[in-house]
Amino acid sequence: MNAILIAFIGIVVFILGYRYYSKFVAEKIFRLDPNYVTPAHRFKDGVDYVPTNKFVLWGHHFTSVAGAAPILGPAIAIYWGWLPAFLWVVLGTIFAAGVHDFGTLALSVRNKGYSIGTIADRLVGRRAKLLFLFIILILVLMVNAVFAWVISNLFISYPASVFPVFIQIPLAIWIGYAAYKRNIKMLLPSVIALVIMYAAAIMASRVGFLQIDLVRYMGGENGTGLFGLGTVSTAFLIWIVILMVYVYIASTLPVWKLLQPRDFINSHQLVVGLAILYLGLLFTSPSMTAPVVNESPDRSFLPLLFITIACGAISGFHGLVSSGTSSKQLDKETDARFVGYFGAVGEGILALVSIIAVGTFFANTDAFSQAYTSFNEANAIGLGTFIEGAATLAQGLGIPTDIATTIVSIIVVSFAATTLDTSVRLMRYIIAELGIEYKIQPLTKTHVATTVAVLSSAALVLIPEGPNGFGSGGYLIWPLFGTANQLLAAISLFLIAIWLKRKGSNYMVALIPMIFLIFMTLFAMFQQVVFEWSWMGTGSNMLLFVLGSIIFVFAIWIALTSFSELMKKVEDPLNKD
Amino acid sequence: MFTDRLKQLIHYYEEVISLPHKTEVARELRNEDDFFLLLLYSEMVGIPNPVYYYTLELYPYIIESFHDWHLRMGMDKSPLNGIRCC
Repeated sequence: MNAILIAFIGIVVFILGYRYYSKFVAEKIFRLDPNYVTPAHRFKDGVDYVPTNKFVLWGHHFTSVAGAAPILGPAIAIYWGWLPAFLWVVLGTIFAAGVHDFGTLALSVRNKGYSIGTIADRLVGRRAKLLFLFIILILVLMVNAVFAWVISNLFISYPASVFPVFIQIPLAIWIGYAAYKRNIKMLLPSVIALVIMYAAAIMASRVGFLQIDLVRYMGGENGTGLFGLGTVSTAFLIWIVILMVYVYIASTLPVWKLLQPRDFINSHQLVVGLAILYLGLLFTSPSMTAPVVNESPDRSFLPLLFITIACGAISGFHGLVSSGTSSKQLDKETDARFVGYFGAVGEGILALVSIIAVGTFFANTDAFSQAYTSFNEANAIGLGTFIEGAATLAQGLGIPTDIATTIVSIIVVSFAATTLDTSVRLMRYIIAELGIEYKIQPLTKTHVATTVAVLSSAALVLIPEGPNGFGSGGYLIWPLFGTANQLLAAISLFLIAIWLKRKGSNYMVALIPMIFLIFMTLFAMFQQVVFEWSWMGTGSNMLLFVLGSIIFVFAIWIALTSFSELMKKVEDPLNKD
Repeated sequence: MFTDRLKQLIHYYEEVISLPHKTEVARELRNEDDFFLLLLYSEMVGIPNPVYYYTLELYPYIIESFHDWHLRMGMDKSPLNGIRCC
């Protein structure tokens, strides 16, 4: 089947979903009121609460939520064939992610722009807030481990990407200085930064000594590494240590010095990446060579598909952006539909191109089956295949493959690095908040909290040993990331359902995706924890067993709390505001 | 016509890209203003201030931003007897 047709169908369905379903939800279920005084007007302070044009807000919201995760998930999930991944991305975006992102935004607007954690506290009580904090803690821990592994792996596989990625750091510091201290217009510095980065990419692709290849320095794959490890494992260890030192410094700096300017550069890279891929798709007009459905997978798609693709179908992380920042800047309540729902659609479009890049990369279905031999193998090669596939699409625009490969790997590494920085920062805040909550004074200190965050993330990425020895265990954590993310989304959907019930609206639009997510999470975790990671499982692993069990218990807890809460008849505490 | 569109696009671009840093700059400015407020009226919270007599002259100019400050801190009414903004 032609990939353009698949992209076309996907985008048309997204547009229909936005045009009709989100309109129905906005008018009949959430009953948004254009005259409602939003927190941006009510608490207008020129800092956090600023009424902002909906298109501007959408641009900011979309670039905040889109990252490496909607690329990685579909690249792995295509193992079950492109159709299941395509259907979950499209239907998930329309019925789950759209409602979730839009709903958290609307809910937060009706609650003084509070974050979901605080709303959980007000609606259900302190226990719910703590549960929420623990789940975010687990989620960010997974994000740190997965993305540290992803970046190290890409640095080893694509040594040409190292130099341009590192050149991004001084460029970001310069942009930060230009924007904050000199108040310069952003267009010129951003364009200069992009030109320098991509020029570095072209040079690094063609000039051997600019490729920082640790494995080659140690004498190739069969050479001798440090501490009795192989060279690949040593290179992995060195990159992890460098990354951890980097995130320690980056996450303790003020946001404007490094994180925000890196985000500026990434916003441009997102636009560049999407444009290259969709235009390349139009020019190359490739056919899908991945099977429609994999008829003999070693692991059933049920329930794993639904946790493998989290971002791109539904992601709890979006709720944090919706409720923490975007809700405080919404000009009119009715704008929530465009910002929230269309933000989710943007992410769906990114996931869709990931499916297409991987699905069209192989010469034929046999070649696909030889590469994607098992689910574990799909986890290991997914991202690499996306980069190769995306580079093939970029060839349609006349970009040579080696340069396109470097550019795509830089885009993915940049997304992953910013996500890593943000999530270590977030983990530091949560550890400090838990320190206050449980009166453990040392944890409230910035450097203690950051050290705990960095060391626990490094341990999680280094301890689980994968089938290819030390350093290959990172991808085993991916399903745990998916489940933690889905659980977070489930809590947000549950809060939306309670809000709708108390409003007297039909709360099924939130409750049905929530039940679906809780069921899939429980199913997947039970399967993984008991049959795989436990002492009687096939890939016994104590660390993953413990983490999986904690998530499993949390999922049951959320399921029980939500149903008892939904059954309760209480006076609406929300309308008092 | 085309240049107008291009200008609009660049304007939109600047708005999107400067949204987070505008917030940061405004926050830093607000923190400095809060600190300035404390320096002016430290006497009211028990910190001796040798120039209090003179800073009191700024009272009419500062009263509005003081009102914003106590609302921001979650206090509906002025917490200090000396300043009666509401």
